[in-house]
Amino acid sequence: MAVKCARRGLRDMFLGDVRPLAQIRSHLQLNGWEAEIDARGLVHKELNDLIREAALGGARKIVLYNVSGQRYIGTRLFLPQKVEIHVHSVPGNDLGAFLAGHRIIVHGNAQDGVGNTMDDGEIIVHGRAGDIVAMSMRGGKIFIRDSVGYRAAIHMKEYTGKVPVLVIGGTAQDFFGEYMAGGIVIMLGLNLKPGERHHAHYIGTGMHGGVIYLRGEVAPYQLGKEVGILEPNEEDQKVLEKYVGEFAAHFGLEAGEILKDRFIKLLPVSKRPYGRIYAY
Amino acid sequence: MYSYLLPEFLVERRGDRCIKCRVCERQCPNGVHRYDVELDMMFSQERECVGCQRCAVFCPTGALCVQPHPASYRPNASWTREKMQDLKKQAETGGVILTGSGNDKPYRIYWDHLVLNASQVTNPSIDPLREPMELRTFLGRKPDNLQVEIKGDRVDITSELHPNVLVETPILFSAMSYGAISYQAFLSLAMAAKKYGTLFNTGEGGLPREMRKEFGANAVVQCASGRFGVDPEYLNCAAVIEIKIGQGAKPGIGGHLPGEKVSANIALTRMIPEGTDALSPAPQHDIYSIEDLSMLIYALKEATNYEKPVSVKIAAVHNVAAIASGMVRAGADIIAIDGLRGGTGAAPKIIRDNVGIPIELALAAVDQRLREEGIRHKCSIIAAGGIRCSADVVKAIALGADAVYIGSAALVAMGCTLCQKCYTGKCAWGICTQDPYLSRRLNPEIASERLYNLLKGWSNEIKEMLGGMGINAIESLRGNRDHLRGVGLEEWELNVLGVKGAGE
Repeated sequence: MAVKCARRGLRDMFLGDVRPLAQIRSHLQLNGWEAEIDARGLVHKELNDLIREAALGGARKIVLYNVSGQRYIGTRLFLPQKVEIHVHSVPGNDLGAFLAGHRIIVHGNAQDGVGNTMDDGEIIVHGRAGDIVAMSMRGGKIFIRDSVGYRAAIHMKEYTGKVPVLVIGGTAQDFFGEYMAGGIVIMLGLNLKPGERHHAHYIGTGMHGGVIYLRGEVAPYQLGKEVGILEPNEEDQKVLEKYVGEFAAHFGLEAGEILKDRFIKLLPVSKRPYGRIYAY
Repeated sequence: MYSYLLPEFLVERRGDRCIKCRVCERQCPNGVHRYDVELDMMFSQERECVGCQRCAVFCPTGALCVQPHPASYRPNASWTREKMQDLKKQAETGGVILTGSGNDKPYRIYWDHLVLNASQVTNPSIDPLREPMELRTFLGRKPDNLQVEIKGDRVDITSELHPNVLVETPILFSAMSYGAISYQAFLSLAMAAKKYGTLFNTGEGGLPREMRKEFGANAVVQCASGRFGVDPEYLNCAAVIEIKIGQGAKPGIGGHLPGEKVSANIALTRMIPEGTDALSPAPQHDIYSIEDLSMLIYALKEATNYEKPVSVKIAAVHNVAAIASGMVRAGADIIAIDGLRGGTGAAPKIIRDNVGIPIELALAAVDQRLREEGIRHKCSIIAAGGIRCSADVVKAIALGADAVYIGSAALVAMGCTLCQKCYTGKCAWGICTQDPYLSRRLNPEIASERLYNLLKGWSNEIKEMLGGMGINAIESLRGNRDHLRGVGLEEWELNVLGVKGAGE
């Protein structure tokens, strides 16, 4: 019955060998409103300790260099002052998770969980992003220049005028917009070849709130059975102009060129997709 | 379609006592009682009766008697009345049968097969009325060793300590969300927890903003698959953050708060649009492994500046010990295990009655495994699911728990009668409903007093039991299985529980 294991077998997955702030402070250069951090050789907690230190020390613009996979950038900043973080190289998972109103600009690709349960703020990725982008996001904006992975926009939600926005320049993998309960998602398909369809299947499956705008081809079988296709109306056009405009401005593109192509709008057919499966 | 179902309850009204005051008619949300003005008579539509006993309790003359309906089919040990009724209900609707509360099937309740020890002759028992008795419990990760520095009279701890939360009694209120229960019931739990110095759990429905300042320090806030109501302030105002992976009543499945229950205030608290279904996905989509769990644990620690313990709650399932080990390794400071008999506001009956394992076995297995691996001190264990009285609490702690969650017991203290109709939203006791006419029946001042009394009574009983064993601190009982003996258990059961049989 008894399971025998090494008694000292526990290795702290994240906190092992974390150095105190005093030992890593040399990675931080704080010059008034601006701070620079060299992330080389820092584990995730050390980097985030320094980011917090910089923000508390008065920095409003924090530039990170040599980031290579450190997680939770921007998460530990539940502070009244808002900062702008520039990330050079590749941030790790959960970039901007629970983000409290800050602005993060990634000059490169991002990994999984960008904007996980993000509350407010802005994330701009000059590249691609991995899976579950904007999962459970409830406010703020995310702009991804290229494509995203699986289950992007899953369970995004909105309430009382707080509407999250996700704009993806390329395409997405399966289960795009799954369980969506609110928010605005725009996918532009800019990197699709002529005649190439969007990559996602089960788009909007289980969706019961919010709206998805798609530019580029999708076949009906790629859509979940909980969504219906509509033509964008004038109101939608305004929404598209606003957010595609912002997208284009971030990445130096021509909004008019993008907007002149056909968009379709996906809406949930019911606010209660599973109301009828139970016996009371 | 004409329904072939038999009524579940028989409503008897004694004509010689009934004064036709119509209290029963007003109290019943199911429309069982009806007064006919022309005939000046009270009638009963007992097919609608759920047996909640609200009318019987409130009848001023004791004229009502509600009991399980004696009418039944030919007795059959295999095809019971319940099985046949469920078949007919599904034949009529084609639906998944919903239910509420915990598993009511006769699985062995191990608490009732464990007995406690007491001191006789060879060691003195302690009288808790006159001698100090400590129930205080610290929840969270403990250091591997404690280094102290002694400077004259001062003793300073130099080891780095992890965040811990102090509770005055090892009894916490289990996760029950605002939405599943009424605002009044939710507030009552918060008020009682604050007054007694313990914790309540918000469930996954968020914490209303106006309650954050006052009750945050006594709140365990959940971050579940739906991420309802999770914003940075919610996380930072709490005492403990709990990642909900599963629940004993419905392991492995998600939840649907039906749109009609998502009123304006609930929508605001959950941060979703009014009237939409609040769908909690079955998995957390950012957790597909222990490594992913670790990622979320540390995301939450990051979001709260490493100031709060993070708990992970799972349903007790077959490999619970191995899973718990992984959870501790992933960085969980507290692990909460919810057993087979854990309650719910709504679950498919087939899941509630058939999935999961009893908490007693799960708890013993987890404690044993973590001890063997030398990582037991790295987490606190909270046992949940079918804790009915203070003796269950003592036995749970002796089996290895640090504290327990009580859900159903707390609801019963507020008035619940376990009628299992929580999912209908028509709770006559004002607990599991969002109908203002019903929910205002529950006065938080009074209901919180009932809960406070429950905590006080149980805590005093626990002290009596500890004193009898000759123990003066709850900490000395934790995992102390020598104080337990099994009665009427098979050898494998004794082995899993790690206790001897009575007389051994």
